Amino acid sequence: MDNLNFDQHISRQFNADLEELRAHLLQMGGVVEQQLLDAIQSLESADSDLAQKVLTAEVQSNNFEISIDEECTRILARRQPAASDLRMVLAVAKIVRDLERIGDESAKIAKMAIILSEQDNSPRGYMEIRHIGSHVCNMVRDSLTAFARYDAALALEVAREDKEVDREYGTAMREMITFMMEDPRTISRVLNILWALRSLERIGDHARNIAEQVIYLVKGKDARHMSLPEMEKIVQE
Amino acid sequence: MSMTLATDNLHTNANQGAGTMNNVGAMKDFVYPEKTVGQPLVAEPKMTIRSANVYYGEKQAIYNVELDIAKNEVLAMIGPSGCGKSTLLRCLNRMNDTIVGCRVEGEICLERESIYGEMDVVPLRARVGMVFQKPNPFPKSIYENVAYGPRIHGLASRRVEFDEIVETSLRRAGLWEEAKDRLDQPGTGLSGGQQQRLCIARTIAVNPEVILMDEPCSALDPIATAKIEELIAELSENYTIAIVTHSMQQAARVSQRTAYFHLGRLIEVNDTERVFTNPQHKLTEAYITGRFG
Repeated sequence: MDNLNFDQHISRQFNADLEELRAHLLQMGGVVEQQLLDAIQSLESADSDLAQKVLTAEVQSNNFEISIDEECTRILARRQPAASDLRMVLAVAKIVRDLERIGDESAKIAKMAIILSEQDNSPRGYMEIRHIGSHVCNMVRDSLTAFARYDAALALEVAREDKEVDREYGTAMREMITFMMEDPRTISRVLNILWALRSLERIGDHARNIAEQVIYLVKGKDARHMSLPEMEKIVQE
Repeated sequence: MSMTLATDNLHTNANQGAGTMNNVGAMKDFVYPEKTVGQPLVAEPKMTIRSANVYYGEKQAIYNVELDIAKNEVLAMIGPSGCGKSTLLRCLNRMNDTIVGCRVEGEICLERESIYGEMDVVPLRARVGMVFQKPNPFPKSIYENVAYGPRIHGLASRRVEFDEIVETSLRRAGLWEEAKDRLDQPGTGLSGGQQQRLCIARTIAVNPEVILMDEPCSALDPIATAKIEELIAELSENYTIAIVTHSMQQAARVSQRTAYFHLGRLIEVNDTERVFTNPQHKLTEAYITGRFG
């Protein structure tokens, strides 16, 4: 990790460019993380105002996506980065996309929150949302922390957690099916919960993608489509 | 985990000028590897360099280099000024023989035969040709520039044979179309890029096995550079090429393997792709990402 010194170029402007790129990505990460927290909160507390706030914030993360992509293009064209600098720019360009999708999924959850808030209140499925939601929030936060600290070990943790979330999602799915079978009048409501759960599960996948890019950035090895043991091997090298 | 913070004192101050040693000083926390990292040796070498130490008088310029150049590969040699890459390149066809006080230790072989042993230097330089930084055509006609080598090496005797060698060499060097109508005009009348291609034609006219290039494009504009690079790719089908370059993009574009030198030591040799995406040694990383140089 200690060879990732992005502030030691002969060209100070290059140092500044990379530092800004990194800072902008983390800012975007902050916006998206807040979106996710608010989306889950709005669903749990049937707060349609908060859900509306999530939808508004989406514009912000979309703008971040475009401006950070432009920064990456500019650095590639002007600096022709190599080695860790190149990996930094490539990783940022990919992480940006995953962050933007996390924003999209959060907006979907917020839309479900608005729909659900208009229906009569029933606690069914909320426990699962809360449970998987907090898990997924941790994953997003950890993946961004791993990026900020160039911490491949933490990135590996995120990938591990994703497996856990996938398992929980399967369990929650079966629960929801049981609810629907028990009382068919709840079907439309439970379906909305299911969509929200599905979005959370997808967000977990995006956090994992970010973690894979962090491993690429730090270790120089492509960690996509790998089993956990293979990933562990790379991280421990 | 070590999070890197803004360490301003490690900044190489651009205002200090390009003093290489100063910049390297900022990287003093780096240590030389005991052995060259990566893959300096190959299965089918054209040239082998073993335990090479080179001195200019008292001063040692090359420290214990072990390196193979594979058949038909393009090997790029990179590193900051004074790192010994040109010195080593010149050892490969004994260009250093003429430098007073230069001493080469170790063994350098061409096809397993030591070039510092029994081998005569004249045929050696026909087998291992060299292209220099500044195009240096002879003050003769384009035709004579190319025919000169074959004549002194006795590769041809009749006019038609020379004609053929001149045409083939100029064609291979990508200069035939531009030069065929002015073969009797002086080579020095060509543009810089054309002159460099003429020098390459002159080198390949004697049918070498290895071509050494010492910053062949540093005096050329981007278009002429692109033509030479294109030519290098074509030539590598028939010849083994070692190229010293200060342009890292050029090394990345033309070579299959890249060797990184630092203050006389060969730090790392790896596939070019690897070197430019994920170098093994910190010094290589620092150099190719512009952290000193």
